[in-house]
Amino acid sequence: MGMAAESHEFHVLAVDDSHIDRKLIERLLKTSSYQVTTVDSGSKALEFLGLQEDELSHPNQPSVSPSSQQDVQVNLIITDYCMPGMTGYDLLKKIKESSSLRDIPVVIMSSDNVPSRISRCLEEGAEEFFLKPVRMSDVNKLRPHMLKAKYRSQDREKQEDQEQITESQDEGGDKKHPRRLQQLQLQKPNNNKRKSMDEGLSPDRTRPRYNGLTVL
Amino acid sequence: MDGGLDLLQKQLVDYVASLFNEFNQIQSLQDESNPDFVVEVVSLFFEDSEKLLNELAKSLDQQDVDFKKVDAHVHQLKGSSSSIGAQRVQNACATFRHYCDEKNIEGCLTCLQQVRNEYFLVKGKLEILLKVTKQSTSRHSYSQLHS
Repeated sequence: MGMAAESHEFHVLAVDDSHIDRKLIERLLKTSSYQVTTVDSGSKALEFLGLQEDELSHPNQPSVSPSSQQDVQVNLIITDYCMPGMTGYDLLKKIKESSSLRDIPVVIMSSDNVPSRISRCLEEGAEEFFLKPVRMSDVNKLRPHMLKAKYRSQDREKQEDQEQITESQDEGGDKKHPRRLQQLQLQKPNNNKRKSMDEGLSPDRTRPRYNGLTVL
Repeated sequence: MDGGLDLLQKQLVDYVASLFNEFNQIQSLQDESNPDFVVEVVSLFFEDSEKLLNELAKSLDQQDVDFKKVDAHVHQLKGSSSSIGAQRVQNACATFRHYCDEKNIEGCLTCLQQVRNEYFLVKGKLEILLKVTKQSTSRHSYSQLHS
């Protein structure tokens, strides 16, 4: 993957049935140098993401280019809550239920300030809830979520690569190589960190605790 | 005699400046690379709103008024006026929705009139804003109106 340019590094999918709001959110996102795709419904969003719906709405949509699932790389989905048919909440649920899509961060927008609605969305896994009209200061909050998701998937890929390498090195099939277990433990930096904090400040500690772990 | 004209001119400049402040949100999204943004969004707002107002008049004119449909239209109008910064239209829509909830036809009709009035008021303002924006973009005299 190498060095991606700072601009257009992330692709955001915006979902809103209001034409004006789509225009506004697109402008805000493009100003932040994101690549943007806008759709006007939840079902079109799922179509774009590669999931087929049971009841298909009009397949002819000029604003959405049909692309195979491999080509589509979406780093964040921002959706309006109140939409006819599939609401933003329904869309959120469908995304979180999908094994291929659940790691994509989802943000909800709404013109109505309803606390129960907000908490329901956050509980279902939405990263943020923005009240409309959405401002630049809201859009500035999106980057950390996309970076976190990116690092998480990179870590997972590294871990899978590591396991593959060790497996190919293993000669003995069933036998669990002790070195392999050690390597797997090192791949979970969070657990080790917590343990070392629980152990407290040991006077014996002469070298940094995180020796050997990848620090991001 | 010149003094009166100067005062009028100053008032006009102040008024236009206040429009830029009032619609600061959409104004801030316009730049050299997107010089037509404000025009596009405002034109869209005019189109959408007038379509909705017509739909509302038609829906309220029915024998059996479908209040859910009326409410949906008002909700849409409330949303777009909020996005553009048309506060008074937005507020009038909020009141309208209450009458929809109560299925109060008289109340709805009064509100529709109110929303209409507020809409045409803001349309006037936005048209001035558009005119000045177009002039500013071509003459690069933007800074004069931004305090």
